[in-house]
Amino acid sequence: MTAKVEIEFTLNGRPRRVTVPADMSTLTLLREELGLTGSKLACGEGECGACTILVDGVSQNACLMFAVDCAGRDLLTIEGLRTEDALHPMQRAFVDHGAIQCGFCMPGMIMQAKYLADTTPGLTREGMRRGLEGNVCRCTGYKKVFDAVADAAGIDG
Amino acid sequence: MDPIAKKSVIGGRVPKPDAPDKAVGRTRYINDMVLPQMLYGRILHADRPHARIVAIDTAEAAKLPGVHVVLTGKDMPRMLFGVNRDNRPLKGDKVRCIRDEIAAVAAESEEICDAALALIKVTYEDLPAVFDPAEAMRPGAPAVHDEKPDNLSLAYRFDHGDVAAAEAESDVVLDDVFDVHYVTHCCMGTSCAIADFDTDGKLTIYSQTQYPYNFKMDLAPALGMHPGDIRVIQPPVGGAFGSKLDVYPYEPVCVLLARAARRPVKLTFSREEEFINAPTRQPARIHLRTGAKADGTLTFRDVDCLLNNGAYTSWGPTTPYVMMRTFSSHYRVPVVRFHSQAVYTNNPYAGSFRGYGNVQATYATASHMDMLAERLGMDLLTLSLKNAQESGEVSPQGSVLADCAFAECLTVAAEKSGFLEKQARYAAARNTPGRIKRGIGLASSIHNAGGAKIHKSDGCGTIVKLDDYARCTVITGASEIGQGIDAVLCQVMAEELGIPMSDVTIVNNDSAIGPWDVGVHASRTTFIAGNGARRAAQKARAQILKAASHQANMPPEGLDLREGWVVLDHSGEPVVKLDRLLRQMHFQKDSELVMVTDYYEPPSEEERPGHVGDMSAAYSHAVHVAEVEVDTETGEVRVLKVTSAQDVGRIINEMGLEAQVEGGIVMGLGYALSEHLLIQDGRVRNPNFRDYKVFTAPEVPEMDLHFIESHSQTGPMGAKGIAELPTIVIAPAVANAVYNAIGIRFKAPPLTPEKVARAIWDRDHGAVAAE
Repeated sequence: MTAKVEIEFTLNGRPRRVTVPADMSTLTLLREELGLTGSKLACGEGECGACTILVDGVSQNACLMFAVDCAGRDLLTIEGLRTEDALHPMQRAFVDHGAIQCGFCMPGMIMQAKYLADTTPGLTREGMRRGLEGNVCRCTGYKKVFDAVADAAGIDG
Repeated sequence: MDPIAKKSVIGGRVPKPDAPDKAVGRTRYINDMVLPQMLYGRILHADRPHARIVAIDTAEAAKLPGVHVVLTGKDMPRMLFGVNRDNRPLKGDKVRCIRDEIAAVAAESEEICDAALALIKVTYEDLPAVFDPAEAMRPGAPAVHDEKPDNLSLAYRFDHGDVAAAEAESDVVLDDVFDVHYVTHCCMGTSCAIADFDTDGKLTIYSQTQYPYNFKMDLAPALGMHPGDIRVIQPPVGGAFGSKLDVYPYEPVCVLLARAARRPVKLTFSREEEFINAPTRQPARIHLRTGAKADGTLTFRDVDCLLNNGAYTSWGPTTPYVMMRTFSSHYRVPVVRFHSQAVYTNNPYAGSFRGYGNVQATYATASHMDMLAERLGMDLLTLSLKNAQESGEVSPQGSVLADCAFAECLTVAAEKSGFLEKQARYAAARNTPGRIKRGIGLASSIHNAGGAKIHKSDGCGTIVKLDDYARCTVITGASEIGQGIDAVLCQVMAEELGIPMSDVTIVNNDSAIGPWDVGVHASRTTFIAGNGARRAAQKARAQILKAASHQANMPPEGLDLREGWVVLDHSGEPVVKLDRLLRQMHFQKDSELVMVTDYYEPPSEEERPGHVGDMSAAYSHAVHVAEVEVDTETGEVRVLKVTSAQDVGRIINEMGLEAQVEGGIVMGLGYALSEHLLIQDGRVRNPNFRDYKVFTAPEVPEMDLHFIESHSQTGPMGAKGIAELPTIVIAPAVANAVYNAIGIRFKAPPLTPEKVARAIWDRDHGAVAAE
């Protein structure tokens, strides 16, 4: 049997205490233990970005991070991004620019876009494209994603 | 109250109504679903391409704690399904390709399933295998299916006119072989099904299917069930693109596990399984001969097409049905001969994939047009315009090209991109010094844009209901798989009923509720479901206006519906609020409810014997111009800009339209440049996103889209279907651009850096030919 570990961390602004098997991924913890299915399992090996979350403000593939490593950290998932009465400006921009089709990759794409916007002073269009390289989308062709991120992040042109 | 002016929502920029839930992570996709008491299922796939199954020992697996059911093909009757009825849910006697399903387990968790699968012992007796369709046709080749010793699966022929006579009149004949490759859909949500039986033995299957009604018919024989006892629920899906247009073995396997376990069972592919076990696009070896006169007039096309059927028959081997339309109607071609054969091999197998044969065929026809222009010393635009059909022309297969905007698409794409001037300039610079070479290429194609009557009916049912608060529910047979039919139907309702789009609810996820429809394919949904929804809305409108006319004491023709009011049409003066009128209709003495039905059947015809018939209610063209940079040292091709001109009939949702075209172009760029499912000795060599390269954000070119509105007389508000052409046209535009840049013709995509660099090296070092 895999050893179990009790951890405490902050999830979408609320303190949480859970006991997890040592080999469980953060994505499994979120999706299967905590019912937060917004973060998606699409490859499970860090290649597609559909499970992107922010850990202490830094984007991470939740599928590659052990749940035990959440201890003491501050996690933000797609479910925690909106306020009580409004979508986050990045979420709003994705809706308004038509950047969402099947939408399966979008929670990860939006979290990565928020990370880029929050942490890159003077983000350029080219920098945005490079920064979204790890997030695969099969529907949109990315053009409307660029428009949405540029709008929400205040990128000119 | 002030008068209310007439407003239209058609042509607007409308966000998808499901987008906010998707943006906040609230949407519950099928992959996210959990039912009470649910078990998980996993499949043991064969690890060899061709073998007899001597014995399967499941004793140890069945004993593992947490395991509920272990099934093998030996445990069940031989229930055949698929296009050729050549597939089984679990294979009992023989392995025919590495993806073959040998055994399946239902257990408390996926981890327990995997542990159980590892305990199953299968004894195989390997057989000689065959992977190349030409080899599989030779006498003495291993028979993939014992009952089909010649390995022939499906053949198509279309013969129109005398090729020999047309060839004798031709000044130029091009003769080339194009080899188009395996690619796979890469839906972000991997394949998934949940099966649940009620106590009466009726099945509810939660499915990603994009054709729920015929899905029941196709699934039933794999289960020995009556299709009427199957209910299909369609939760939101993570993409489909044609991959969910057939039944695949994991679906009946999931159902069989649930039946045996008497518990709901969910079966989900891992990403690696998705690459190996989901269908591919059909690869093809296309031998194309094209004849022309010295003035550029096309004289004939003569095509032999060899398809690798793989081990079983899904829709892939039927794609010649669409390929032959391309060869016979992409430009005016008076004489056509098309023969195709699909041959069984021990490879995995292909299904339908956005473009359905036209991607493959257009790579050949559009490359040949570029080659022909050079051979004749004509520019490609002049050559194309000379052979482009006009409205009213009928193709050799009987496609009636009404409302045809082909010439306009060609002219607009060429002019907006500066095609002719750049092509000449880049060709002149080809042999000058410099590592980076630029090129520009043009390609076009034609596709059905008003459905495709491949069944007796190409119809779609619609129910429109208005409640006593003037909220509208549209129950439609048309599925939403991310493409955006939900927004289009909201617009149609708003337009006809004068209500806000936010007051419309679309219900299309339950086969027990929705009326029949053929499915999301053939670029048909906006055209077919849009027409049906419009007709239903007009019936509801007529009923409402008739009731209002009694109140207003004036004929219904003098009334209109605007912004939730019945108004006088000429002045906009409000007469009665719509919700109030609906309540009065509902609660009056002779009460009536506004709930109408419509079954729309498009004015198309099934093909007659010989493959002649006007199979779509509309046809459309698209022209792409691609501008590229080729790094002659690394072989890397960078696409700088794509200019697209597409006949869309009429714009309904401009934002959704752009999104479909942009997404289609980028998917097609992957086909052209980077995506290749490598299948070697029957095995998939690159089953992951590291080694199978889909386009990501940095590679996306500038896209300049132009929509030509031909106003289809048959389409809803004049619209045509649009979603496949962008994927169909872009690859040959890129290949033609690369030719313009470096003078090397690639007849086998994808144009990967390795392939391009090798071709340049071979040319510069005197090797024979690139391909």
